[in-house]
Amino acid sequence: MSVLTYLIPISLILGSAGLAAFIYTVRSNQYDDPEGDARRILSDEWDDHPKP
Amino acid sequence: MTAQLSPPSAAACPGCLAAPAEAVRPIPEDVQIALSLPTIHCQACISKVERTLNAYPGIESARVNLTLKRAMIQAEAEVQARDLIPVLEGIGFEAHELDAGALSATQNDKVGRDLLMRLAVAGFASMNVMLLSVSVWAGATDATRDMFHWISAVITLPAIAFSAQPFFRNAWSALRVRQLNMDVPIVLAIVLTLVTSLWETSLSGEHAYFDAALTLTFLLLIGRYLDYRTRAVARSAAEELAALEVPRAIRVVDGVEEEVAVSSLEVGDLILVRPGGRMPVDGEIVLGQSELDRSLLTGETLPVFAEPGLAVNAGEVNLTGPLTIRAAAVGQDTSLHRMADLVAIAESGRSRYTSLADSAAKLYAPGVHILSALSFVGWYLYSGDFRVALNIAAAVLIITCPCALGLAVPAVTTAASGRLFRRGMLIKHATALERLAEVDTVVFDKTGTLTAGTPELVNLGDHGRQDLEIALALSEGSSHPLSVSITRSARAAGIKPADVSDIREVPGFGTEGMLRGQRVRLGRAAWTGADQGTQTSAWLAVGERAPAAFLFTDALRPGAEEAVQGLRAAGKSVLLISGDTTGAVSDLAARLGITDWVAEALPEEKADRVQALANEGRKVLMVGDGLNDTAALAAAHVSISPASALDAARVASDIVLLGSDLSPISDACDTAVRATKRIRENFRIATLYNVIAVPLAVVGLATPLIAALAMSSSSITVSLNALRLR
Repeated sequence: MSVLTYLIPISLILGSAGLAAFIYTVRSNQYDDPEGDARRILSDEWDDHPKP
Repeated sequence: MTAQLSPPSAAACPGCLAAPAEAVRPIPEDVQIALSLPTIHCQACISKVERTLNAYPGIESARVNLTLKRAMIQAEAEVQARDLIPVLEGIGFEAHELDAGALSATQNDKVGRDLLMRLAVAGFASMNVMLLSVSVWAGATDATRDMFHWISAVITLPAIAFSAQPFFRNAWSALRVRQLNMDVPIVLAIVLTLVTSLWETSLSGEHAYFDAALTLTFLLLIGRYLDYRTRAVARSAAEELAALEVPRAIRVVDGVEEEVAVSSLEVGDLILVRPGGRMPVDGEIVLGQSELDRSLLTGETLPVFAEPGLAVNAGEVNLTGPLTIRAAAVGQDTSLHRMADLVAIAESGRSRYTSLADSAAKLYAPGVHILSALSFVGWYLYSGDFRVALNIAAAVLIITCPCALGLAVPAVTTAASGRLFRRGMLIKHATALERLAEVDTVVFDKTGTLTAGTPELVNLGDHGRQDLEIALALSEGSSHPLSVSITRSARAAGIKPADVSDIREVPGFGTEGMLRGQRVRLGRAAWTGADQGTQTSAWLAVGERAPAAFLFTDALRPGAEEAVQGLRAAGKSVLLISGDTTGAVSDLAARLGITDWVAEALPEEKADRVQALANEGRKVLMVGDGLNDTAALAAAHVSISPASALDAARVASDIVLLGSDLSPISDACDTAVRATKRIRENFRIATLYNVIAVPLAVVGLATPLIAALAMSSSSITVSLNALRLR
């Protein structure tokens, strides 16, 4: 049972990493234009170097 | 040991956790120009528009939002939206200016983000706690079980403190005015469950309901979020409609024209209104001759002759010549705004409607409290053990807790609104669907609602080819709606314009020209030497010959016939109430097969008539677009207005038709009836689960496993049932 000492913290850390990632995406307006973002990725405009 | 297992501050302050601030893209607050781009649809469109706009001198940055079909532009002050529109049209995109001020509420959508954040925290926490609970149900005992309970408690307490705040706030505001709403039993259940579970855990007890409290919060937040999304979508679309009318006027100061915002106009200002423009304020004409279209205000289709001295009202449309008016009333004092008083009076009647959810809550909330209190008292008297009694009371509360009820209505309204939105209807009001389902009488306005508001030539065949050729030549020189209609019909009939020279438009009267030494005129009856009949008409005078009449009727709006037939087939009585003349109204009523009609109705009469129908016990659906319909729209049980309606009418109505087609109306009634049926079904399903689980809780057989099963399965059944509507 001592394996729980590692497994429970690991599961909690992984879970909160997911939560943190989700909160980051919400705070950085990544859900404002889902349709546009899905299509922008098809553009080759900034493929060679990032947008300044 | 367990306290360190939980990551520090994870749930207590999720905002602090995710604070890589430098990467956060700020909401563009200083957007100066917003353009609506209804035709963009692909990645190539985005790059094309952005490249073109960014290359335009003076533009700092431009970004396209494909979901909203909008471009947000940051630019220097001298860049004007009307300069950009032709640029975009040049590369093949239709563009309209949006009033950036009216859009501000959509941009910083803080409430939605807030709810989403709480939903995420509740979801994360409930999944973790549920995993721990599964091990407890699987048979963890003694120290292991206690440890799992403690970990659950450490996750649950801060998570609930953060994510259940909307419920705490709602319940508190209801309790403060000594009322019960759905949130009071929810909060009571959550708090009582947490307290007893903590107590049980500290005594190494067997039953802790941390998972149930969290799942409950999570499921209820889903309901709240769905509800919020539905309304946010409707609000943003309604805002877009309002933003399309940019409130600007041309003020003339010492002979110099300047474009200003309507809100900055003052009484006494001189304002220039170009042909096709709408009067921004009430006033008096001081210069110019033209014709005015008053149909949105009064329902009359016949244009009115306008000359200096005539009083004009805000909302009237100038048809032919430029007019200069002196403002007599601005802003809140204009006739447009005075109509708001009528609306306010009429609306006070409607607020009496109680939604299905509220009436369910009224039955449900006291019932749950009484049941829980009774089982507490019963068990306390029977066993004399305070802990057992409290445990059972908490179990009763958590099992009866309305997660299915909280999802029953939002899930159905989301599905139904989504379905209607795809068919071009915007549900603005939360209870509009429920009210629409009860409708048994439909009242239509005529001008602009059943008719498209564009005249249609009816007696093309009565005229000789030569006359038609002359008429076409003259009508092509004018943009008056009647001329445009003649041009369209004559062109469609293959007529070529006659060789008329010296064509000029006389604003307010018509067009004239010379043909083989003879003067030819097309225009108003008095100007051409004819007598004005009751029907909308233009007259053609060739030399000294008696003038010939071109008669018009208002073209039917597409789908009007289907809508009326569909409603009658569904057993609803259909009425037509219009401000237009008797002849025009009876014609239209006969064309659509409506037997019950009223003509020349004043705005108050319309509202009174609707009120009288309501007093007879009928549930009235009012469909109208004009200012004269506004009070009636507000007085009706539920109301629909087309997107072309005046802002005031759209605000007063519950549902807005986005396209020009009327046929979705009968379908909407059908969908509303089915949605209401599903809501009732959902209530029944939720009740059924309660009927099975509550006796178990009351006799003390409920375990956390049973609570979790009852709660999740009823919520899932209810959501799936709602999805059948799509």
